Formats: sequence, structure tokens, C-alpha cells
Amino acid sequence: MRNLSRYRAALLFVGPSVVLLTVFVVAPILVAAVASLTDLDLRGLRDLSSVEFIGLDNYRRLFTDSLFGTAALNTVLYVVLGVPLIVVFAMGIALLLNFGTSRLYSGLRAAYFLPAITNIVAVAVVWGYLYNTDSGLLNYLLSIGGVEPVPWLDQPFVAKLSLILVGVWKGAGFNMIIFLAALQGIPKDYYEAAELDGAGAWHKLTKITIPLLRYATFFVTVTTTIAWIQFFEEPFVMTDGGPLDGTISVALFIYQNGFNLSDFGYASAASVLLFLSVLLVTAVQFRLRRADVEY
Amino acid sequence: MSSTRSRLLRVGVAIVLIVGAVLVSVPFLWMLAGSVKPESEVLDIPPTLWPKDFTWDNYVQLFESLDFGIYLGNTLMVVALSMVGLLLRAMAGYGFAKYDFPGKGPIYVVVLATMMIPDQVTMIPTYLILNQLGLTNTITGIVLPGLVSAFSVFLFRQFFTTVPNELLEAARLDGAGEVRIFLRVVAPLSGPILAIQGVLTFIASWNSFLWPLIVATDQDRYTLSVGLALLEGQYASNYGVLMAGAAVMVLPILVVFVFCQRWVVRGFMMSGLK
Repeated sequence: MRNLSRYRAALLFVGPSVVLLTVFVVAPILVAAVASLTDLDLRGLRDLSSVEFIGLDNYRRLFTDSLFGTAALNTVLYVVLGVPLIVVFAMGIALLLNFGTSRLYSGLRAAYFLPAITNIVAVAVVWGYLYNTDSGLLNYLLSIGGVEPVPWLDQPFVAKLSLILVGVWKGAGFNMIIFLAALQGIPKDYYEAAELDGAGAWHKLTKITIPLLRYATFFVTVTTTIAWIQFFEEPFVMTDGGPLDGTISVALFIYQNGFNLSDFGYASAASVLLFLSVLLVTAVQFRLRRADVEY
Repeated sequence: MSSTRSRLLRVGVAIVLIVGAVLVSVPFLWMLAGSVKPESEVLDIPPTLWPKDFTWDNYVQLFESLDFGIYLGNTLMVVALSMVGLLLRAMAGYGFAKYDFPGKGPIYVVVLATMMIPDQVTMIPTYLILNQLGLTNTITGIVLPGLVSAFSVFLFRQFFTTVPNELLEAARLDGAGEVRIFLRVVAPLSGPILAIQGVLTFIASWNSFLWPLIVATDQDRYTLSVGLALLEGQYASNYGVLMAGAAVMVLPILVVFVFCQRWVVRGFMMSGLK
């Protein structure tokens, strides 16, 4: 009797969250997998009976779609350039901030952290203004130094780099906090022992600090990689994927095919590939880490 | 001698950090300056650092002719409803921490596994599901998909496992029901975790963009971030108005951050552990 009432209470506490997660996260993966095998579009949305099962056609189409190829290559570049930049900046800033604990330092920490909690659309709008070729602040500052105007968002390759800069500006602060937390967890005696052995600052950094940051570095690398694979808002707001598809990412490709072209089946197939790539990259990173620990 | 060297190092580090912080802050300063410049001045070459003709016109225009008042109302509604989600997440964390029921282990694993799934994977099916439920273009539809986050449930569970079972048993012996125990005994103990999660929920829901973008089709359902993205498309060259719109999005977060910095940072440190 008593147990029954506790069981009911447990259902009451856990139930709503489990139901919401099931409906809006677990079920959608299955729906995406099924939809990716159909020709679901706007017509099908109004009348589900008109939707047809087309097997792997969407996937075949993806592999011959040059726009998807471009989006995939761009996304790879975002990951390959963006991840190391964020890791290096986040760790570098954290190491420097770890020098002090005064009010000055907590103010500085706040300044570096602020981009991380700023609304992404606002970020994109403000950077769009900074990047304006004719009247943007950045080109004006360069012109003082006699440098020719940079086509920040007007040239496909430069635009990719410009978006990466925004992503690094926003992402470094958040990861810096993780490194700071890890740094504060390193016992002081390690350094005292090293000093007794006559180790200098450089030695302490490379032989103690950075190796002991290994877990934080791994964590930051994995989560940042996943974040760049899903890179969406900056290209969506700042360039809409252009110029000449130079900044389109896989996530933006999915959005455009789904919600601009109402090609839900095709977009679902791309989203399944995105999901598989997140799983694969994460699994590979965990595997590499295991190898790393064994040495 | 070595102490002079270490003091020099300290000064050097502080200078590097200050210069870096100024560089990082340039977009914010430029946004604020641009938001109070008249249209004729925002595109001036050379740019004026401080506006020659200070004006609030851009802000007035946002609210008087661009419906930002409606967007603000919708955004506040989204934030308020997200706080209901906070309660659900706390309840789930408590349920997983303090009760046994059939299938608890596997269900909890599934809950944790949902953290790995990118929004872009669920966005189309979620839209289809909301469409079937008739919830597209409603505030409920905007809030519902993100109401519960597995990570938040995880943090609540971690916190509630530290509440002693003896306390709950004592309350049961006094004849309190399970819901009453949660509200009267457990909730008052969870001030710190509620504060952290409350601030994080505010920031996340205030900043939310993808769901409102997908679900809201009529202008009178737009949130501030969707309205601003739309404005960017239409007023691409009127940077004064755009900067004012961005400032309206950023300033409340700035204020929350200044007052709750400790909690925000602690919350993000914990959320770094996912």
C-alpha cells in the first residue's frame, strides 16, 4: 500500500520530463530516420497519405548534390580551423587569468566570458556591422595602417574565416571557464616540489600544468567539435550561406531544404548524416583518448 | 632578484589580459555607440567613436514602428513558461535521486543520452510533431520542445542525492505525503541549485532562436531574436536601428550577468561537466 503510493509519487515526479523528452527528442530521431526514406514535402504535410516510401533515394541524391558537398567541405573546414583556435585561446586566456585573483582579474574574467552568454543573433548583427566593407570599423582601422579593405563577407574563402573569427570570439570564453576550473583543481604541492628541483616557469607549465589539463582539454575538444559540426546561426544571419555558397554549413543546408524548400524527406536524410557524423567523431575521439592514457 | 622578475611577469600578464579584454569588448562598445547615432552618422568615414548627435530615435523606432514591444512581450512569455520547465526538471531530478521504480536505470540512461542529439537532427521531426498537435505558431509550441533539458535533470539529481534520506523518512513518519515532502522539506533546501539553474534558464530562454524561428510564422508570435534576424534582412543598411535592436537583446543579459556573475559562472562550470 505504502509502496504503491511511493511508486505513484515517483511517476508523478519523473513522468512529465520523461514524456517531454520522449516526444521531443527520442521520437524525433526515429521520425527523422523514417522521414529520410520518404518524399515528404509540403503536400505530404497536409495529407500524410500522399507520402511515398522511396528507400535510399534521398541519400543517393545527397551524394550527388554539389551543394551538399560544398556544405560538408565547409563544415569540415569550420571544425579543422575552429576547434584548435578555440582550444588554444581558451587555454591561453585561462592560464593568464590564473595568475591573479584580485578584483581586476575577476573583472577581466567577466569581460572574456561575456560573449559566451550573448544572444547569437545580436552577435551576428553587430559583427555584420564591424565587417561592412565600406563603412565597417575593421576596414577603417586597417586603412589607418594603410591596408587595403578586406572583403570580410564578400569573398567565399575570406567569409568562411570571418565567420570562424566570430565563432572563436563567442566560444573561447565559455571554454576558458572550464580550463579555469581545471587549473584551480591542480594541487599546489606539485609546483612546490618542482621548484625544489629547480624547475623554471616554462618547465612547470609544460611538464605539470598542461599535462594535468588533459581531461579538460579532451572535454573542450569533444564539445567544441560537436558545436562546430552544428554551426548554424552565424552563416544563417550574417551571410545566408553565401557568397557563392562559401559559408553554407550542413546545418544550414538542412534548414534551407526543410523550411525554405519544404523538402522535409531530403532534409531529414541530411540530418541523419549529421547525427551519424557527430556519433562517429565523438567515438573516434574517445578511442584516441583511450590510446593516449595507456602510454 | 627573482622577485623583480616575477613582478615584471605579473605586470606583463596583466597588460596582455587588459589589451585582450578591450579587443574582446569592441563589438559591445561599437554596438552601444552605434545604437545612439542618427542614421546619417552610423556610416560616417572616419567613424565617430562617440556620437556627435546623440539620439534615442533608433530605440523609439524599434518600439513604435517595428513591433519590438510585441516581440518583447512574447520573449517574456517564453521566459516565464521556461520557468515551469525548471520545476519539471527539479521534480525529475528528485524522482531519479530518491525513488526506486521499475526501469529506473534504463530510463535514466536514455534521458542522459538525449544530451548527445543535435538540435538540427530533431528540428524537422519536431516541427512535424508540433504541426500534428496543432501547436505551430503558438508560444506553447515555441517553449515545449526545449522545456526539459536532460543536463539540467542530471544536475538536479546530483544535488538531490546529497539530501539525507533520514530527513525524508522523518517527514514520512510525521505523516507528510510525498508531494508535501518535496515542496516543504526538499525545495527549501535547494536554494543554491535553483538559483543557478534559474539564471541559466533565463539566459537560455531569452537567447533561444532556433525553435522560435521555426515555430513562429506570424509576426505577432515572433520573439526578440526572430524579430532581430528579420530586421537584419530588411534593414541591412540601417545600422543604427540594428544596433539598437541588438542592444535590447544584450543589455538584459548583461544586467543579469553583473548581478549573478558568481552563479552564472558556477552554473556554466557545472554544465561544463556534461
